[in-house]
Amino acid sequence: MKYSGLLTTVSISALLAACGAEPQALQYGPNPELPAPKRGLLPNMTIAKPAEWGDRLPTVPDGYTISAIATDLKIPRQTLLLPNGDILVAEGRGGNAPALKPKDVIAGYIKARGTTSVESGDRLTLLRDADGDGVYELQTVFAENLNAPYGLAFIDGTIYVANQDELVRFDYSEGQTQAEGPPAKVTDLPSELNHHWTKAMTASADGRYLYVGIGSNSNITERGMTAEADRAVVWQVDVETGAHKTYATGLRNPTALAIEPDSGELWAVVNERDEIGPDLVPDYLTAVQEDGFYGWPYSYWGQHVDDRVRPQNPDKVASAITPDYALGSHVAALGVDFSNPEMGAEFAEGVFIGEHGSWNRANPVGYKVIFVPFSDGRPSGPPVDFVAGFLDDDNTTRGRPVGVTVDPRGALIVADDLSNVVWRVVPSGSS
Amino acid sequence: MAVIIERRYSEAIHPLHAILLAGIIPWFLGAVLSDLAYVSTYEIQWANFASWFIVGGLVFGAAALIFAIVDLCRAHRRAQGIALYAVLLLAAWVVGFFNALMHAHDAWAAMPAGLVLSVIAALLACLAAWMGFRTPRIGGRMQ
Repeated sequence: MKYSGLLTTVSISALLAACGAEPQALQYGPNPELPAPKRGLLPNMTIAKPAEWGDRLPTVPDGYTISAIATDLKIPRQTLLLPNGDILVAEGRGGNAPALKPKDVIAGYIKARGTTSVESGDRLTLLRDADGDGVYELQTVFAENLNAPYGLAFIDGTIYVANQDELVRFDYSEGQTQAEGPPAKVTDLPSELNHHWTKAMTASADGRYLYVGIGSNSNITERGMTAEADRAVVWQVDVETGAHKTYATGLRNPTALAIEPDSGELWAVVNERDEIGPDLVPDYLTAVQEDGFYGWPYSYWGQHVDDRVRPQNPDKVASAITPDYALGSHVAALGVDFSNPEMGAEFAEGVFIGEHGSWNRANPVGYKVIFVPFSDGRPSGPPVDFVAGFLDDDNTTRGRPVGVTVDPRGALIVADDLSNVVWRVVPSGSS
Repeated sequence: MAVIIERRYSEAIHPLHAILLAGIIPWFLGAVLSDLAYVSTYEIQWANFASWFIVGGLVFGAAALIFAIVDLCRAHRRAQGIALYAVLLLAAWVVGFFNALMHAHDAWAAMPAGLVLSVIAALLACLAAWMGFRTPRIGGRMQ
């Protein structure tokens, strides 16, 4: 197939007004520019065509080096650092929502062209660097026969895994390279349809609770309101009993959760709605307030009503919280973790965010890992590219970042579900 | 004086052509009724039904269009009104196609334009069928 290195532009631009040069609005920070909603007869769909890395590597800032520490994985999504420095990688692909409209059949085919064709791993892989030289010489299957595992957490000698349909736990003793048996169930998770199937997870600072992010069952209620029961929420699950309460609502697709280390506050990155224009709606990073409502589906970025939802709900709109920090529309933030001083002075305080990259936009955005600086526990400046070079100048993409995890010893672990690699970024000079 | 008499008959529309042409009406009418049901109940399943009805109408319409074009191209079958029939059928199909794109919008974004287009497409389908059936085809052996 010859596309002359161009994007596989699937949209028929003739049907779209004002295509072509499409400068991205200034859309990061607490007060993003929000244009009026618009959509042509066809949605913009531009899927960056996958390409091989060859001998190239993603780009990192001066003073940092990047290497692939695991390859040939089966769709790595999120990673977990164990106390002895071993890394667990959750691999798999979920979702079982049927095509409801002719559109779903066509869009599904197009989107699949930008993702890996590798089969779902449905397993956890363990990576070990025994001698601390930065080479993870051991790559072994820790547990298998899981169901699209995604969220991972570690509390007191127990590994928690959020499958797409249930939260399970493995007992773990330090140094273990393989689970002793099948996991025990903690609780079921909402899994009907699973339009957004990923179950993001993190442990509370005190280890009493697990927070689980449960995405909506549609873009904007097109699968019906009843499909949205227990969706677009964050659950707080009691680790001892498995009982849960709904901690926050209206978060369309909370794809990654992390705890701010100083305050113990829960933060999330959330993917917002599509198909109302290239610069709507910004995905965001926000502190998640207990019992807070963040707008979906009735409104976005606070009180901006989404007219596609019927019946509307003005009371809910009035109560919607405006998120803390916009990341830009369609960047598809799928990973978040807080940094630490071991990452180097410039990146010591803030969050790393993995951006899987856009589909609903003529000019692709995302496809990189950014760093958002914090001070006093709040975002304090514009984002900085930390790992880039996934989307190339020739408009192909070599990888798509998902989960990011900060190694306490000073390394950033990035899962890449297109090239099926785990990347590790370290300050130069350290291993 | 020898007189050559051409015997020509008025021939009925081809049965398959007739089935396809008449079949567009229930598809597009189904879309109108489903859209009305969605507008009045907000029950999303009606919008899904409408989307598939429209696709059904487009499939039947495309096949009927092929028959119409073939009739247009065969001089001995051409009769007064057949061009108007073909234009109406094409118009119904084109409106139906844009209606399919409109119905690909999520949830209420398809409304109210989707309902308006459904009504126009159904009316055009009725007119096309009317013209299609009342226009004679001229058949019989050519001498």
